[in-house]
Parts: sequence; C-alpha cells; structure tokens
Amino acid sequence: MSLTNETIKEKLIGKFGDQLSNFEEPYGLLTFEAPKDLNLKVMQFLYDDPELRFQFLTDLCAVNYPDRSGQELAVVYHLHNLVDNIRVRFKIFAPVEKPDIFTATQLYSSANWMERETYDFFGVNFVGHPNLKRILNVDEMDYFPLRKEFPLEDQTRIDKDDAMFGRGPLPEAANRGPVETPMPAGEPALPASGTPGATGQRQDWPNDTTKV
Amino acid sequence: MSTDHHIKLPEGSIEKTTTTLNMGPTHPATHGVFQNILELDGERIVSAEQTVGYIHRAFEKLAERRPLYQITTLTDRLNYCSSPINNMGWHMTCEKLLGVKTPKRVDYLRIIIMELARISDHLICNSVVGVDSGAFTGFLYVMQYRELIYEIYEEICGSRLTTNIGRIGGFERNFNATAFEKLERFLAEYPGVLKEFENLFTRNRIFMERTIGAGPISSERALNYGFTGPNLRAAGVDYDVRVHTPYSSYEDFEFEIPVGKTGDCYDRFLVRNQEMWQSLHLIRQAYRKVQEFKGADAEIYHADAPAYYLPQKKDVYTKMEALIWHFKIVMGETEIPPGEVYHSVEGGNGELGFYLISDGGRTPYRLHFRRPCFIYYQAYSELTKGAMLSDAVIVMSSLNLIAGEMDA
Repeated sequence: MSLTNETIKEKLIGKFGDQLSNFEEPYGLLTFEAPKDLNLKVMQFLYDDPELRFQFLTDLCAVNYPDRSGQELAVVYHLHNLVDNIRVRFKIFAPVEKPDIFTATQLYSSANWMERETYDFFGVNFVGHPNLKRILNVDEMDYFPLRKEFPLEDQTRIDKDDAMFGRGPLPEAANRGPVETPMPAGEPALPASGTPGATGQRQDWPNDTTKV
Repeated sequence: MSTDHHIKLPEGSIEKTTTTLNMGPTHPATHGVFQNILELDGERIVSAEQTVGYIHRAFEKLAERRPLYQITTLTDRLNYCSSPINNMGWHMTCEKLLGVKTPKRVDYLRIIIMELARISDHLICNSVVGVDSGAFTGFLYVMQYRELIYEIYEEICGSRLTTNIGRIGGFERNFNATAFEKLERFLAEYPGVLKEFENLFTRNRIFMERTIGAGPISSERALNYGFTGPNLRAAGVDYDVRVHTPYSSYEDFEFEIPVGKTGDCYDRFLVRNQEMWQSLHLIRQAYRKVQEFKGADAEIYHADAPAYYLPQKKDVYTKMEALIWHFKIVMGETEIPPGEVYHSVEGGNGELGFYLISDGGRTPYRLHFRRPCFIYYQAYSELTKGAMLSDAVIVMSSLNLIAGEMDA
C-alpha cells in the first residue's frame, strides 16, 4: 500500500496541470473530473505509468444531469490498481446534443459491452467503438430510456409527486392546509333522505315517476 | 449409374462453407435466456456472437423511483443463485452512505449467510458443469444440500430463492434455534457430501478430458476483460474483494484464496470446489464467534440506527417510537445524505459493485450495478474460438452465466 491518493493526485497534476479539476475523496475514493477530450489520455497515463498501473476497469457508466447546461451527460470510470489495491474514479462531461466521447476499448476489452450499455441507455456516442449498437434494449428503440426526461411512473398518477421523494417544491395541495370545499352556489344541497319533506328528486328530473 | 441421381445445387451455393447455429434464447444448455449465434465450420466454432437482454427489467431505472429499503428486492433478482450476497451488498452500500455502523454479531451472522449463499451458488455451477459433460449424479446429490441451505434462509427471512434477507442495519429478526440447528446439520453433513462430489469428478477421466483445455484464458486477457471472482482466480490472479477491501469484518477471519493456472473449465471447477471448502471453514469460524456472544449481546441482530432500520412489525403496533420511525422511514422523512458511494462485495460470480449517487432525495439519483456476469460474458467469443461445439456448452456453464445478473 505504498500508493496513496495524494501521490496519485500529485502525479496527475504533474502531468495534466490544471486541466483536471474537482479533486475529492468521498468515502476515501479519489474522484476527479477531466475534460472530455482528455479521457483517453488520462486513462492511458493511469494505465501506463509504472507506479500508477490502473490496469483494471471496474466500472463504466453514465449519469444524466439535465440541469447542467452543456454538461448534461457524465461518464464515470472506476479504475482499480490491483497491485497496490487502490481505486480511482473520474468523470467526464459531455453536452447532450453532441455526446461524442473517445472509446476505451483499445485499452480495456471489458469496456466494449459497458460502453454499449451506456450508449443503449444514455446515447453516449463512443467514437471509435468497434460495434456500437444497443445491447439490452431492442434494436428498434429510438430513445435513451435512462435519461431523466423519461419519467418512470404513469404520469396520470398524482400520488407519486417528485416532492414526496424529497425533490422539488412541495405541491400546492400540501401547503394549503385543511381542504375547504365551498358549496357551489347554483345547486342547492339535497335534503337527506328520510327527513320530512324530502322527495329525493332534483328539480330537473322528470316528475313522471310520481304518477305510478 | 448416371450422374442424374445427384442433387443439383443452385449455382454458387457451395461457396458458403460455414453453418450458422443459434444456441438460445431458449435452449437447455444455456440455463437461462440468452442467445449465442455460432458460426461453425463442421463442428469447430469459427466465431460466436452473444445476444443478451431477453430478461432486461430496467432495474436501474426502477431504482430511481424506489426508496432505499425497497431496492433490496431488485437485487434479489440479479444473481438469483446467491441472492443473499446481493442483498447484503446493497445493505452495506446504504450503510456506507448513511454512516451506519453494524455490530460485530451482525457482521458475523451476515458472513454465515453470505458464505452459505456462495456454497449454494458454486454447487449449482459445478454440478451443472457435470450435467453438461454427461454426469448427472452429482447434480442430484448436492441438490439436497442446496435445499437445506434454502431451509436455513427460510428460518431467517421466510423465503427461499429471492430472499430479501436482512434490512439496512442488520436483520429483520434474530436467528432462531431451528436456524442454528439446521446450520449445525449442514456443517456436519455437507463436508462428506462435498468430498464425495469431488470424488465423482476431480479425477474422473471423462470429465477431465472434457474440461481440461476447454475455454482457457490467460491472466492478462482475463484482467483486460474485467474478469473477477472464481473465473479470474482460475486464471491465476488472486484478487478477492473479501481480502482486498474487507467488508462485514472479513478481516477477522482466516481463509485462503484458491487460484488456478490455466483458466480453463477444469481450473474453474477446481477453484469453485476449493472455495466451497473455504466457505465452510469461514462459516465454522463465524458460527463459533457468534456463539461467544452471551446474554444481552446474543440478542443483538441489528444496528442501533432507528432512523434507517425498519422496526419490527410487532413493535410498530405496540410502541410509539417504533411507530414514529416506521412512519418516517416509509414516508421518506429521514435524512438521506447526498453523496456518491461505490461499494463492492465478492458475489458468487465476482465483484458485485453498487455505484449509488444520492442527491439527498428519498430515492437514489442514479444507481448502477456492476454485474460481473455481464462484463465477463463478452469474452465468450474469444474463449470458444476454434473450439468444438460441445465445448461451447461446457464453457458457458463453467463461466456460471446467470441471465438475471447479465440483464439487470
């Protein structure tokens, strides 16, 4: 365990300078962001450097952030150095209109299907991929289902509002307090059946039945 | 005899020298729903193309609308031969995000369950390798003990295959006496059975000739293909998540990591068998450690984290605090910290990872499963290139391809 997060960070900054940003260590895992055109260079450096040796691609997936204009799609790589047993995570961002990202298949054969899966669900276009087509969904599908623009639940349901899942403002109904239901002015309330004088009939009903 | 009797082939038709064979989507040899399109020259495989996704259920999308405790049932259906490992992996991911520390007894109980699950996973895989090479006996013989493992699950959580075992923070109830009784019976009887199972196969000449040299892979290629678990260890790399990134107090235990050499079907078989012995060893140690807890300590089966641990139903009906917490958890009133977590466990097939992004909402913002099966299945065409058709079947079963894990 000679390799530490600090060493990796120093080496990366020494090589790429301030092009890499947002170094963090959530739960001990070194995380950083790279410009999208540098993803292969960063990976190649992490792979080839005799000390870093990140030669195992653990995971590759995408995340959709619809609110980040120009950076709607994030591709997240998890790399693992099995010799020193240390992991690193890095992200690149691409605009949703033109999500072109260089493929990692030249470095890692395992990236092949992972990239196909990412393309399948998010539409990330991996430039140079040998066989970029859908993998889990049907070939005829013409949208990318894991993007946030495709909500999951039936949209006619009102009991599953986003606010109930901790996101967004509370719906108006929740802020209003006790619900008041004013009587509509035009229609008089029906007298309860059984009370004296109740006919059980509205005025616009035909009166014929009383003749029977 | 005139040549008129010969079949006249249309012009140009003999130029095609290979045959295309569809193995799957529903084929007895695939043991699941996925397809291999094999290009055959006689009985030799020229190339193979795999098609997956027949039972894709969009778990990652579904998870974005489910509170944390409801996602456990989705993980059941990944590798359904060892669902408790998936369940525990998910609970531990949540605990990592929420900062819940589990007591030692919970960790040891979890190890018992996870190692039982590993045994049930490996024994299915290995006996199916036997079935696909023509030896049916072993399969039926060990099936009884998978049944016993399922009975132990039943005592603990009430279900057998898709277990939904445990909760965030521990177990839903303490193990009862019957569970420990059955565990003891398993520990007493299974070694003899496993020994006999090995006797049936390990030095069986037919089995050895069928499996040695079938679907080999070098350690470099295996790593490049993202192999993990028994399949990687059969190729000679001693990577095991339980040792490299210990979780659930695996660091308190003594066990060995068996490795192979050639990465062929025979080595994969041997590695799995050895892992079953190691799992038995781990269960014995964990059971001994569990027995050391006396008095009130022996009643601990969950972490003291009322904000995240769903209380027992009988407490919900009789105690006010439990009712409040139950309501808060179910209605999503408890605080979920924003953050990003990657947590992995050693599943039956390798490194099962959960990449969870929380934005502070009640449900994950994004959840990605690193499914070992999906990742190493892409090596199948390389493993079978130039092999015989019958090897294609045995390579598939010895990789332990589980359709549920592949398609998520």
